[in-house]
Amino acid sequence: MITKEEVEHVGWLARIEIDAKESDAYAEKLNSVLDYFGQLDEVDTEGVEPTYHVADIVNVFRKDEVTASMPQEEVLANTEHKQEGNFKAPKIM
Amino acid sequence: MAAWTDISGIRQRIADSSAEEVTASYIETIGKSKINGFTTVSEEAINAAREIDANGHEGPLAGVPIAIKENISTKGLSTTCSSKILQGYVPPYDAHVIEKLKEAGAVIIGKTNMDEFAMGTSTESSYYGPTFNPWDMDRVPGGSSGGSAAVVAAGEVPVSLGSDTGGSVRCPAAYCGVVGLKPTYGCISRYGLISYANSLEQIGPLSTSVADIATIMDVVAGYDNRDSTSINRENTYSDALKDDVNGLKIGVPEEYFGEGIDENVEKAVWDSIAKFEDMGATYEKVSMPHTKYALASYYIIAMSEASSNLARFDGTRYGYRVEGDNWHVMASKTRAEGFGDEVKRRILLGTYALSAGYHDKYYLKALKVRTLVKQDFDKALSNVDVLMAPTMPAPAFKIGEKIDDPLSLYLADVNTVPINLAGVPSISVPCGLADGMPVGLQIIGKHFDENAIIRAAYSFEQNTDHNKARPPEVE
Repeated sequence: MITKEEVEHVGWLARIEIDAKESDAYAEKLNSVLDYFGQLDEVDTEGVEPTYHVADIVNVFRKDEVTASMPQEEVLANTEHKQEGNFKAPKIM
Repeated sequence: MAAWTDISGIRQRIADSSAEEVTASYIETIGKSKINGFTTVSEEAINAAREIDANGHEGPLAGVPIAIKENISTKGLSTTCSSKILQGYVPPYDAHVIEKLKEAGAVIIGKTNMDEFAMGTSTESSYYGPTFNPWDMDRVPGGSSGGSAAVVAAGEVPVSLGSDTGGSVRCPAAYCGVVGLKPTYGCISRYGLISYANSLEQIGPLSTSVADIATIMDVVAGYDNRDSTSINRENTYSDALKDDVNGLKIGVPEEYFGEGIDENVEKAVWDSIAKFEDMGATYEKVSMPHTKYALASYYIIAMSEASSNLARFDGTRYGYRVEGDNWHVMASKTRAEGFGDEVKRRILLGTYALSAGYHDKYYLKALKVRTLVKQDFDKALSNVDVLMAPTMPAPAFKIGEKIDDPLSLYLADVNTVPINLAGVPSISVPCGLADGMPVGLQIIGKHFDENAIIRAAYSFEQNTDHNKARPPEVE
């Protein structure tokens, strides 16, 4: 069971603001899905390796070559919040 | 007016008139549409068509209009994943598939509606409003590539691209009565596809014929070093367009005909298998015992990956932003207002499943169950050439019927998500009607054996009339 306090904490972790009124509704809907997920408990997975990638690809490298990058103005074209060639955001700390 | 023409028909029309004229006729058709399948019509499409006329129609898709799902990056053309949080985002680059289509001469005619961030089975969660099924405007077109399927079914474009994470090409193909292919994972580069669940999703084509699917695959599939999961393997898909299934061994997984299947859907699929027998194929029932756990495994993995992939949408570099005193407040308010309910639910569930104390219970367990599901496919496909099953257990449901009950929406995906967990290819082809709505036959193959399922689907199409059924005229 996920409580409304846990929903608010997960919201903080996920950077999604959830107010106290919303957390009740979220808890109800999330619990019905988590109950459904609980059916996996009945599967015996002792000794079974997890599958992260179906094609079993590991260690994909490319040549460490310097190539042209996108022009700065194109990188910044999708925001109004920019200053001196940088993205402008509020303080982080 | 343009309607229900395949690629060869379009090429003939272009030869008889011009790419510009054909493009203009499709834009006119789209302009009169009431299904809300397109989010954007390209202002550059006519210019692109003119250029193709000037260059003598070079390339296998010269002048062919194609619609692109709203989550595939198109340079200079809106790509928002049908979400408020990406409103106004215009990519500065093309996805690998768009580069390939342009090289082949295709005209990118516009972007198609989808469930927000490809999370859904109905195309109701789009910020642009729902797309309507051309067969019945009260019903959903399926999802999440509902726009891409509906515009093909309505004759607004001959072919389109969608993306399939848990059935998002095959489900709307089945609901709208068109053909849709989910290729083997790694077959088509995902460079430029805005990720939702990266270990599961593949770009796939939709059209009115299997031949068109093979033609598009010949153009867009292939290795790309910008996608670390891209597989370097050559194939010519159109080589598989042979009307011959003599000796084909079909496996029918009994678990795909489970509780809740619509009896008319079940009948249409068994009638199709009987048709394959008439054509010289044989079938046997097979068991895939972990199918019942695939749905839970799929949603845990998809939501976990979504919680990570969607972390980039925080209002800092693009899209919607709500100001705040510090970055955390800005990001939290932006994401609370910018994402819709279903996206927030999935991010929260994914974050919970990956959080300390729950990682092994949910995420690791789901990855181990994924191994068992994959082993079911390996075993079943070691004795047969292809598997056949219903794509969706029931025809398209009514708009609004399931939107407030996420679990019932998830359950609709029961026959499609196992395929994405295993990474095998699967095609949905029209195989009849149930209560006047289309039914999809799903044909599943071994890894990288698209040619076997294309050949089976093509033979079926050549020997039946199901793909010729069209929705009522859409005004």
